Amino acid sequence: MLFYLFGAVAIVASLLVIAQRNPIYSVLLLIASFGALSGLYVLLDAPFVAVIQIIVYAGAIMVLFLFVVMLLNAPHEDTEEDLETPGVERRQLAGAGVRRFGGLLAVGLIVELWWALTKNGGESGAFPAPSVASVAAIGRSLFTAYAFPFEVTSILILVAMVGAVVLARREPITRSPRRGSPGSPDVP
Amino acid sequence: MIPTLNHYLLLSAILFAIGTAGVFVRRNLITILLSIEIMLNAVNLTFVAFGRALGSVDGQIIVFFVMTVAAAEAAVGLAIVIGLFRHKASLNPDSFASLKW
Repeated sequence: MLFYLFGAVAIVASLLVIAQRNPIYSVLLLIASFGALSGLYVLLDAPFVAVIQIIVYAGAIMVLFLFVVMLLNAPHEDTEEDLETPGVERRQLAGAGVRRFGGLLAVGLIVELWWALTKNGGESGAFPAPSVASVAAIGRSLFTAYAFPFEVTSILILVAMVGAVVLARREPITRSPRRGSPGSPDVP
Repeated sequence: MIPTLNHYLLLSAILFAIGTAGVFVRRNLITILLSIEIMLNAVNLTFVAFGRALGSVDGQIIVFFVMTVAAAEAAVGLAIVIGLFRHKASLNPDSFASLKW
């Protein structure tokens, strides 16, 4: 069964993303997880979403992540200078508490959702006859009923682009006369 | 066993829980952003599964918007990570506690 294959790949890859210490391996494993999810979208009669998942997520967003990981030279967690900083004992105690709470929260989330899903809706879960949603139908709906959100999306992308450029820009070299070097010609 | 809607929803719940655990457990800003991407993908799977169950195309359009927001979030978040790394030369979120009293 393809569903179980893709689901197992997605779960295992996502777990390994969490378990890895090197961020580069995390990014590459997340790309594998996205590939499995793309297969699930094909199984769900959504080929457009599957292709978009590969092109946009695995092709653009993950390459951006990989670029940043390599730009920052991928420092591992818990480096030596990190452990040497003062107050690390208290911080690690707090971190352990937060981590235990996070694990408990995740397990509780799974149990709760599992209970909610198996309690009701067990009989209404079968899919109807497949109705292939063509790209033409998606585009028609996108440009008629969802035209305004679609246009807002473009503004969102523009704002994100400008914000990313402003945030990641280096500080410009200020030529203030206070910090001028001795050989600088800027005599007041 | 034919996978039904419940199977997809359970898979989505497991993926979302993995992402939640990753946000809390890991102490690396890039891995935390990756965990947020896992959570967004779990929600996308739910949308597509419900759209398939309801015979509607709206679920896939919502997925399109979610992907757009994810791209914007990744761009701005990674820019902030670069800026933080320039200040402290660390990716540990515990080292950015200057605003804590």
